[in-house]
Amino acid sequence: MSKPKYTVAVTGLNAIDSPGPGIAVIRALRESESFDVRIIGLSYESLEPGIYMHDLVDKTYQVPYPNAGQQVLFERFDYINSKENIDFLFPNFDAELFNFISLQTRLDEELGIKMVLPTQEQFDARHKANLYEYGKEHGIKVPFAKMVFSTAEIPSIANEIGFPLVVKGKFYDAKIAYSTDEAMQHFNKISAQWGLPVLVQEFIHGSEVNVCGIGDGNGVTLGAVPMRKLYITDKGKAWAGISLDDEKLLDVTQKLVKATKWRGPFELEFMKTNEDEYNLIEINPRFPAWCYLTVGAGQNQVESLVNMAMGNKMKPFTTYDVGKMFIRYSYDMVVNMKEFEQISTIGEL
Amino acid sequence: MKVRKNVAISDSGFLFNPSSGDSYSVNPIGQEIIQMLQEEKSELEILDYILKEYMIDKNTVEKDLYDFLNMLKNYKLTE
Repeated sequence: MSKPKYTVAVTGLNAIDSPGPGIAVIRALRESESFDVRIIGLSYESLEPGIYMHDLVDKTYQVPYPNAGQQVLFERFDYINSKENIDFLFPNFDAELFNFISLQTRLDEELGIKMVLPTQEQFDARHKANLYEYGKEHGIKVPFAKMVFSTAEIPSIANEIGFPLVVKGKFYDAKIAYSTDEAMQHFNKISAQWGLPVLVQEFIHGSEVNVCGIGDGNGVTLGAVPMRKLYITDKGKAWAGISLDDEKLLDVTQKLVKATKWRGPFELEFMKTNEDEYNLIEINPRFPAWCYLTVGAGQNQVESLVNMAMGNKMKPFTTYDVGKMFIRYSYDMVVNMKEFEQISTIGEL
Repeated sequence: MKVRKNVAISDSGFLFNPSSGDSYSVNPIGQEIIQMLQEEKSELEILDYILKEYMIDKNTVEKDLYDFLNMLKNYKLTE
């Protein structure tokens, strides 16, 4: 039987030392057994490595930054779609999700582009600033945290939480502070880069474990693979990791998906204490950059998500291989200036 | 003391804890001890076996064995 061929657009082509998930998502799509793909890369900057990976990405278009607004974004997609006829779109950055969630119906009804995303309510509720309340509501342990808008608020919160504490940006970045001065320094640095508010969170001792999975929107977990980072970069990104056998962690994940009726991909970040307690520290509403490990472990969750959107038959994954490792590497591509010129000036390559 | 069921040890003495993702390397005597724990042998039986198989005094074996067993416990390799 011949397989359908889908045109899938993917953002997050920045396969750098703090990588976007795009290339991992594309590799998973290329290994799909149920369909073939034509990959349309969507880039924000001309030096995103994925633009030049022609064995993975068939064609790339520059797209406007999220702050350009939804109408500009829609018009760009209208143009790209007139050339490419996109079936499915994978937004892979937290910062762009708000726009895509808002445009979801228009993109589907007017351009025929499908996405599987959390609802706006799910997206807002799981935001770092609201996570403590979210955990309380759904019976999941979350470290105590408060939003901070100025350094003046830090001493009283530090009094309440104690040291060390964690200072976090609203989209990215987290730093540990051992004193009020240090917390203020982190606040200034993070707020300058990511804006306000900044989050001050209780520090939990333990080891970090993450789960990559998908929810069907009705409370069912369609796939979930737990992973522990074995090696991290100075930015705290995984450079190597391993899939774990952790029933309790999977139970917590399923409980969360059931309670929140999560729709779409997610990455859950937990701190596991020495007493084997799981504290949820973050929910990322998208696939993580390490999602290709789930393919290696026997769950092509990326493929499942496309099939879910296309109304194809699919079964929830129930097993995966434990002890599968990923190890990242960097690689120098040699690229013709002409290609750089083309993406920089015409916005297409 | 029992070694956790899902802990795997290879012929080369490579030990993997799939719950934590940690891996370790143990020497041949460590490997033998873990194997005996997996066979649910008691600490006394393990002690007797080592005294019988190796030329070593009881005090040293006791000290080293309990150190090793404590280490397994600290690494959460036992249940």
